[in-house]
Amino acid sequence: MKTEHSRAEMIKEISGVNPLKCMKCGKCSASCPSYNEMDIKPHQFVSYVINEDIESLVKSKSLWKCLSCFACVERCPRDVKPGKLIDAARQIVVRERGKNYLLADDIPELIDPDTPQQLLVSALRRYRR
Amino acid sequence: MKYSYFPGCTLKNKAVDLDHYARVSAEALGFELEEISEWQCCGGVYPLGTDEIATKLASVRALNDAKEHGQDLVTVCSACHHVIKRVNDDMKNVDDIRTRANNYMKLDEPYAGETTVLHYLEVLRDRVGFDELKKKVVKPLTGKKIGAYYGCLLLRPGKLMAFDDPENPTIMEDFIRAIGAEPVIYPYRNECCGGYISLKEEDMSKNMCRKIEESAAGFGADMLITACPLCMYNLNKNNGGNLPVYYFTELLAEALGLKEEVDEQ
Repeated sequence: MKTEHSRAEMIKEISGVNPLKCMKCGKCSASCPSYNEMDIKPHQFVSYVINEDIESLVKSKSLWKCLSCFACVERCPRDVKPGKLIDAARQIVVRERGKNYLLADDIPELIDPDTPQQLLVSALRRYRR
Repeated sequence: MKYSYFPGCTLKNKAVDLDHYARVSAEALGFELEEISEWQCCGGVYPLGTDEIATKLASVRALNDAKEHGQDLVTVCSACHHVIKRVNDDMKNVDDIRTRANNYMKLDEPYAGETTVLHYLEVLRDRVGFDELKKKVVKPLTGKKIGAYYGCLLLRPGKLMAFDDPENPTIMEDFIRAIGAEPVIYPYRNECCGGYISLKEEDMSKNMCRKIEESAAGFGADMLITACPLCMYNLNKNNGGNLPVYYFTELLAEALGLKEEVDEQ
């Protein structure tokens, strides 16, 4: 089991983000189209990494609500890139054996005759390793 | 003018229209899309992790192929454009990614981001010119009120995509004017449709698409245009057929008088 400190370092390394740059203006959360669905909001995400509470992040449903729409990245006045932090937390989950969020066997149930290939490849890349 | 063309997985299948209309229109506008041989799927979303290398190689192969042909690389799909443009930026500016990707690739000459990546709309604006396009229009879409739906992938992150102003873009509106129609500017045109979330969280995407469509219809649009097959799918699935959604290339072909030719194929 990795320590909370080492997992926080891992998130910073994978994302390339320095969370200490955040000045807590909340613009990321105000911009986020998934805000209402998230238990940990984008601006809070940054604080959880600073406070090294990674267990809460990897259990958060926010990981699977982020759309990678880059609104938070675009609008952050401090270039913190909260969306990249969320992706890094998602990565430390799915890179563990058996922790994929989407299985190939789930797919037939989820598609219809119009489903574009783009939807499947995008979801597979975000949700699994 | 010849461009290296990366169609992508969806344009070979569910979005075959988007591709056909683009190719036929290109010919009429005096440029050629030469398909990259043995291109591989871009993966649909850009791998955000700084340590992701293998997932970027499909883009590097396409970029290097264009470089070897001495051509700019053109995409029509918003997602392919987003992924390939960002990987190209990594290859140009991030030493670690460039070194490691080149170690995998073992090319005769290392790839370092030399290729210019253009979206089809950028070719229309910057190479053909909207004024020139306007001159070639034979069936202007006069009287049509069209809302441009940009979504996320073409615009953000703005500095890197360098496509247009990410908060107040104009390229699609200028395109709409060039084909003789009237653009409708509405606040939700650069908001997300939900993207890949619609696979597992249909309701979330539904909410977002409804807001987009209500916003566009409220400002008087009677149709939307998009460059992205996933935006098209999400919008169509969720609007109950109230506001039709077209690929921008379909309206382009229509204005150039080529739509029937493509539809007969």
